[in-house]
Amino acid sequence: MLLMDVGIVGYGVYIPQYRLRVEEVARVWGMDAERVKRGLLVEEKAVPGPDEDTATIAVEAARNAVRRARIDPQEIGAVYVGSESHPYAVKPTATVVAEAIEATPDLTAADFEFACKAGTAAIQTCMGMVEAGMIKYGMAIGADTAQGAPGDTLEYTAAAGGGAFILGKNGSEILAAIEGTYSYTTDMPDFWRRDMRPYPKHGGRFTGRPAYFKHVLSGANGLLRQLKLTPQDFAYVVFHQPNGKFPLQVAAELGFKKEQVMPGLLAPKVGNTYSGATLIGLAAILDQAEAGDRILAVSYGSGAGSDAFSLVVRDNLEAKRDAVPKTLDYVNHKINIDYGTYSKFRQLLVR
Amino acid sequence: MRKVAIIGTGLTKFGELWDVSFRQMIVDAGTRATEDAGIDGKQIDAMYVGNMSAGQFICQEHISSLIVDHAGLVPTPCTRVEGACASGSLALRQAVIAIASGIHDIVVAGGIEKMTDILTVQTTQALATAADQEWEAFVGATFPGLYALMARRHMYEYGTTEEQMAMVAVKNHHNACFNPCAQYHMEITVEDVLKSAPVDSPLKLLDCSPITDGAACLILAPAEEAKQYTDTPILVAGTGQASDSLSLHNRPTLTGLRGTVEAAKSAYEMAGVRPQDINFAEVHDCFTIAEIMAIEDLGFCNKGEGGKMTEQGETAIGGRMPINTSGGLKGKGHPVGATGVAQAVELVTQLRGEACKRQVEGAEIGLCHNVGGSGGTVVVHVLKRGD
Repeated sequence: MLLMDVGIVGYGVYIPQYRLRVEEVARVWGMDAERVKRGLLVEEKAVPGPDEDTATIAVEAARNAVRRARIDPQEIGAVYVGSESHPYAVKPTATVVAEAIEATPDLTAADFEFACKAGTAAIQTCMGMVEAGMIKYGMAIGADTAQGAPGDTLEYTAAAGGGAFILGKNGSEILAAIEGTYSYTTDMPDFWRRDMRPYPKHGGRFTGRPAYFKHVLSGANGLLRQLKLTPQDFAYVVFHQPNGKFPLQVAAELGFKKEQVMPGLLAPKVGNTYSGATLIGLAAILDQAEAGDRILAVSYGSGAGSDAFSLVVRDNLEAKRDAVPKTLDYVNHKINIDYGTYSKFRQLLVR
Repeated sequence: MRKVAIIGTGLTKFGELWDVSFRQMIVDAGTRATEDAGIDGKQIDAMYVGNMSAGQFICQEHISSLIVDHAGLVPTPCTRVEGACASGSLALRQAVIAIASGIHDIVVAGGIEKMTDILTVQTTQALATAADQEWEAFVGATFPGLYALMARRHMYEYGTTEEQMAMVAVKNHHNACFNPCAQYHMEITVEDVLKSAPVDSPLKLLDCSPITDGAACLILAPAEEAKQYTDTPILVAGTGQASDSLSLHNRPTLTGLRGTVEAAKSAYEMAGVRPQDINFAEVHDCFTIAEIMAIEDLGFCNKGEGGKMTEQGETAIGGRMPINTSGGLKGKGHPVGATGVAQAVELVTQLRGEACKRQVEGAEIGLCHNVGGSGGTVVVHVLKRGD
């Protein structure tokens, strides 16, 4: 899918301030923390407070995006929230967000689910609607308070956070143009959560090579082929980051250098924010990119699929990015908690 | 009784073969074996296939019909043979008996297991059905648990150390690096083993063989006809099988397997050889302690000296008695039903002098040793060059 006019006119993120270190989880479960850290390249993960959920995280990110875009929220014609931890099974998160940012009532809204890539699927939907002239602005959000069963490997990484992106096609407002997007999708049982179950299940190592790597490599290569670009054409690259290791490995296999990956690699500090992960990483890159820089963003969602985007930064970005807290402000603003507090916050303890 | 020779071998890659189905794996191994033997499928008179538990691993029983059908060999008789992790060598033994008796001429001995289609916890439970359900599994014993008991007692009685056990894993991983079909091509150190996650103390993750998909096939023929098919037929000089109690607590000792001693005795006697005549061996190292016990029970060293023999490098390629040149179950992988056949494939490769970087110089007589469960079934074969 190649487009000429659509781009990002605003973006914002939110990451909860609480952090749980790998050492804390390993201590409770009798595992070797150094081993886990080496295996996952993750040090700690962001934990939502007791009064935070996917809706509050989405609202915080959305508000930052609107303020940064300096647009009238009434002109947002669509709000889509991608998550695998929507607070309600039936009743949209998107209406909560739309109401909170004062975009109601003249808009369409819905919740998306595609494991960790629902947020980038929402971006593609908004791109299409903006390009077609159905709406002026569309807001796509990826946010999660991810679940990891106590004692499961996922508990080291399943984190919380979100990113919101506003899509538009007025050239004078575009911070970064999206020059193309490509998706690669198959039916793949690598990671799932059945209805009414509190925690997901996963196929262990099967989630690696045939799932994450196959889809991310195919997604990235598909887009590079379509646009006739090579890794050398990009200043930055960001991948879905279930841990710190996979993105570095996939980058190396594609021929990207570590320097292109590191600015968008936040998993070591905040864990895997699921639907938020690629978007937060992309936001961190936009926080520091310069006009003319080309960025490759490749998401991954289990089940499975990958959405790849190529963006080119415009002059408008520099003037607007300091309007609200940046990604690293959230990453660095933190309070470490112990496993007991984590258990209380995540309602693992029942009175 | 006719003498029997192996005239062809075939092996799939061992590992997590997520994109290869059960039926494709066995057909791949079988096709390689028939090509190696230079025979047409129509010449095959019968097939015996070792498989522990397709029913639990892929929800498929009656695999004998499935296999012969997908090999395009209907109506050739095909029989599934089961003896837990010794299923493969039981299939080989059935093939040998069928030819020796004069009932069949060209016979396939195959082995296969597809273990990675289900979650690890389910695989562990499926494997545990090879132990005594009422007396062992229901009260929580797993295979690592049973072998950990043996390891503890061996350490107590003979002073065997965790370092010596680790050296088994280090050696087998090293050997596996030279085997293109092996699951792991990864050198490890004693320290890696000692620091790996505890599974069942004193056994750690790197003391344990992995969960593996894989298939192996052998083509066997009467020895007097073998030269029609190959210049280097490999004689099945001896075959021995023995049983022991299913549960560990009903045995007189924990520090060795009576089944190994008895099966080896039969195989040595039939082959007319002694332990010191053997040049190299593939033994059942499902856990590192199992290799140490095996080399003692097979008579390659005195009881209790297996750890020391390993430490002194005598079991390395180039040592006095190279053990598990293929990488063993630890390094090559352990698709349970295929393992016994794959061990014989390694013996044939060595005896033909085709083992490249892992070749044992002057290999004339080899032994393979395959254990079912914690030792309830043991099969030993002695193979010799037949030229």
